[in-house]
Amino acid sequence: MSLSLKAPQRPQSDSEKQLEFLRETPGVTPIVHKFMEAGLFPLRSNGISVMQVNMGKVCNLSCKHCHVEAGPERTESMSRKTVSSCLSVLAGTGIPTLDITGGAPELNPNLGWLIEEAVKLGRKVMVRTNLTVLELEEYAQLAELYARNKVEVVASLPYYLGKNTDRQRGDGVFEASIRVLRRMNELGYGREQSGLRINLVYNPGGAFLPPAQHSIETEFRREMTRRYGIVFNKLFTLTNVPIGRFLNFLMQSGNLEDYLVRLAGAFNPAAAELVMCRSQISVGWDGRLYDCDFNQALGLTCTPDVPGYIHNFDLTCLRNRPIMLDNHCYACTAGLGSSCGGAVLEVRCK
Amino acid sequence: MSSYYNPADLAKFPTMGEGAPELWEKFMSYYNAVFQEGALGAREKALIALAVAHALQCPYCIEAYTREALEKGSNEEQMTEAVHVAAAIRGGAALVHGVQMKNIAGRLGF
Ligand code: SF4
Ligand code: SF4
Repeated sequence: MSLSLKAPQRPQSDSEKQLEFLRETPGVTPIVHKFMEAGLFPLRSNGISVMQVNMGKVCNLSCKHCHVEAGPERTESMSRKTVSSCLSVLAGTGIPTLDITGGAPELNPNLGWLIEEAVKLGRKVMVRTNLTVLELEEYAQLAELYARNKVEVVASLPYYLGKNTDRQRGDGVFEASIRVLRRMNELGYGREQSGLRINLVYNPGGAFLPPAQHSIETEFRREMTRRYGIVFNKLFTLTNVPIGRFLNFLMQSGNLEDYLVRLAGAFNPAAAELVMCRSQISVGWDGRLYDCDFNQALGLTCTPDVPGYIHNFDLTCLRNRPIMLDNHCYACTAGLGSSCGGAVLEVRCK
Repeated sequence: MSSYYNPADLAKFPTMGEGAPELWEKFMSYYNAVFQEGALGAREKALIALAVAHALQCPYCIEAYTREALEKGSNEEQMTEAVHVAAAIRGGAALVHGVQMKNIAGRLGF
């Protein structure tokens, strides 16, 4: 089974072009000015507590908001050698958390090995999954591997209704996600005392900002239990980052200017101070180093002053590096902020 | 084609503060206080505002509160039901005034 949107896919976009659109949108000041006004420029890393590894751009879905522009037609996938370099860095540096993403990381044949070795090193391991991939026969056993290794699962589920979710991710995606979530619950995920955590990820179904995390979490919890009998630990809300396929949607639907002006208008210095790039390093499928997965999607590697590959990783240089900011960073700094772990602030700053 | 209503005018709403800044300030502080979380949640308030916007048929408010309702996590079913509530009250209000018509017709007729 392969789930894929019927909407025509556009060719991969030129990153420099994408940044130009974001820089040239009328009414949007360069974000660097906002960081300067907030006394946060240059923004520097303040230590590395998370290594995020992007295992590739191959995915069984082709979601409309995907910043990676992942899909079944992509071929970029992390080699065993690069996975091995990631493990050596984890072992050598003591970075406590490994956060695995993609594409669909399950479609990389080295995933199980990476998880088991990282767990042997005593690292906390998180995997970001689109859930549906765990219904495909060849990958179904990975759910048990996650449970055995106490992997924290971070599962995309844009909305608690099928119509909204399928519009964004493709027909049938919601029902498949629900079936897999039921299975995860049966394995103990989301249950008190099992020690197996599953967090759901909400993102807006279009050109608007996410609701306050605590309020939509309450609603998700009620509806997921009432409608489908599913439990989970936390709900993260993400802001759609205006790059990749989402940028394409914004442009084609005539929403780009409004969306960017809205993001920029909601710039919040408190959220800017807590952006996730400050405490993580992001490894690309080919071993290149980035400040985050979004910079990775744009080809914006870490500052040229630091060694740029996982095989010449240098914690001393990297942990104080300046972060490469551009206008897509408005998504991380709007309102309550947005990170891989959801909103970064508890209450909306007025 | 020109029209009395222009979507770009929504963003110009704050220019209404230019002629009478103190009144504008008073209005805005009341307005903002109304939409704070209170006995009603922010999501419920956005849905009420959306329904009222339809009852008033204000295109600016419809645009602003459609977005606001989505940003508070509401879905289209909930938003459509809110519009039906507005329609039902408007329709019901017109119909109930029919009693006036009946009263007057009763008084005027033989
Ligand atoms: S958003 Fe996630 S699931 Fe969807 S295409 Fe991108 S990587 Fe795949
Ligand atoms: S997109 Fe967000 S996480 Fe990435 S560099 Fe910008 S602010 Fe940091």
